[in-house]
Amino acid sequence: MYPRPFHYHRASSLREAVTMLSQLGEDARFLAGGQSLIPLMKLRFSNPSHLVDLSFVPGAAYIKQERSALHFGALTRHSEIENSATAAMLPVLHDCAAGIADVQVRNRGTIGGSLAEADPSGDWATVLLTQETELRCLGPSGERTVPLRGFITDAYTTVLGHDELIQEVIVRIPPPGSGGAYLAFKRSAPVYPTASVAVQLTMDGGVCKDAVITLGCVGLTVVRSEGSEAALRGHEIDDKAIAAAMEAARAAADPQADMRGSVEYKRVLVAALLKRAIEIAMRRARGEQVEVSHIYA
Amino acid sequence: MPDIFEKVAIQLKVNGKTHSLTVEPRMLLVELLREALDLTGTHVGCDTTYCGACTVIMNGAAVKSCTVFAVQADGAEITTVEGLEKDGKLHPIQQAFGDSFGLQCGYCTPGLMLSTLQLLSKNQQPSDKDIRKAIAGNTCRCTGYQNIFKAIQLAAQNTKGA
Ligand SMILES: Cc1cc2nc3c(=O)[nH]c(=O)nc-3n(C[C@H](O)[C@H](O)[C@H](O)COP(=O)(O)OP(=O)(O)OC[C@H]3O[C@@H](n4cnc5c(N)ncnc54)[C@H](O)[C@@H]3O)c2cc1C
Ligand code: FES
Ligand code: FES
Repeated sequence: MYPRPFHYHRASSLREAVTMLSQLGEDARFLAGGQSLIPLMKLRFSNPSHLVDLSFVPGAAYIKQERSALHFGALTRHSEIENSATAAMLPVLHDCAAGIADVQVRNRGTIGGSLAEADPSGDWATVLLTQETELRCLGPSGERTVPLRGFITDAYTTVLGHDELIQEVIVRIPPPGSGGAYLAFKRSAPVYPTASVAVQLTMDGGVCKDAVITLGCVGLTVVRSEGSEAALRGHEIDDKAIAAAMEAARAAADPQADMRGSVEYKRVLVAALLKRAIEIAMRRARGEQVEVSHIYA
Repeated sequence: MPDIFEKVAIQLKVNGKTHSLTVEPRMLLVELLREALDLTGTHVGCDTTYCGACTVIMNGAAVKSCTVFAVQADGAEITTVEGLEKDGKLHPIQQAFGDSFGLQCGYCTPGLMLSTLQLLSKNQQPSDKDIRKAIAGNTCRCTGYQNIFKAIQLAAQNTKGA
């Protein structure tokens, strides 16, 4: 399958890429790993006249710790995060990176491209919304830093201007006593999950001081389950609290029926994933090492 | 008025040999390999980034060549299935796929062998789980995977210390 013909431009810096896109107009797009854009172009769902390739920009892919935050260059590939000892400081990032699609897609796809694409089934936004995440963006009028909360406004839609790009993803390292987990349920590797859940719990002994809970693939954007958070916050996390959190997640989910399952099936699935994710996050909050990966049907 | 879409000059090394070409920006890497370089061992199964039949190694990393523009492979080193054999001798991975009956129709095999190559280049003693993860992006419609699995275990044994 051939995409429509297009003009190709290779940027040598992110600033140059922004300038190019501004000049080329509305019909131009950035190209990063191409793992969302190329399939869409081959199906002719997306038909840009110009592509500005970011993947040759030197120094745009990196993972580093600066004081109390991890910094990811937007062009950092999923596989680089999967295999990074620095990123592993936040086990929830490894849970996510190691489960996206398959080896080949992870070797190309980037964290910046994933967030910019804002696919309702994408993994990164669900996970990073449970963390304190900021995006350093670059546009024609310069740089701005925006919180990830509020960045995605609708399915496939973000607050980015047409000629604005994500330069860096900054994730604050949670305090000791805080633990997270991300669980996604998939039918096979090279597909998006059917449903997913991310949890971050801050514990004080057996009592939950704070909880952030998001649900993926069950709405046009990531669903924050505030009812589930309230069911845990300030409480001992016992079977009763978990049952209440599950019930709230079931109610908060707003899935669509498709080939991956019915509405009711997906509601039951997110609730079940939440139970497991809470248990893992609690163990991690206690300092246990728990290995997690996507669950297959 | 038809637009003029400039071709782009690129240079890449495929199986150790350097090629300089000018390509249309929309040309996919798999077409460059199959149509321009006549390396037809790289297969197109789904053409939708699912099946992995088009897997090649690009700068040390397995990629689905139906989902990479040829212009993005400028300056890259590529290994295709044709690059596995050396001096008329099968690569240990090829030998192992044969010895373990790890193929039937063979359509998926080049992609699976290159996914195996990436796995073994990073991990010489893969666990069963490592193997399953490494080939999760490769679909086989014939074998039921068990013999492919055995072939990769055998290849791992045979390449150890090689
Ligand atoms: C078979 C398959 C299975 C997949 N499964 C999953 C999965 O399970 N979970 C998951 O999360 N994802 C999945 N993906 C998507 C994959 O993670 C993509 O890599 C990712 O969504 C997009 O990243 P990219 O770098 O490839 O972006 P591209 O495809 O290059 O670009 C995507 C969009 O973002 C824009 N863009 C890219 N980079 C930037 C930037 N820095 N700033 C602003 N805009 C930018 C582009 O203009 C384009 O509109 C899958 C993809 C495939 C092909
Ligand atoms: S042909 Fe490329 S993944 Fe199927
Ligand atoms: S051997 Fe026929 S598809 Fe795998």
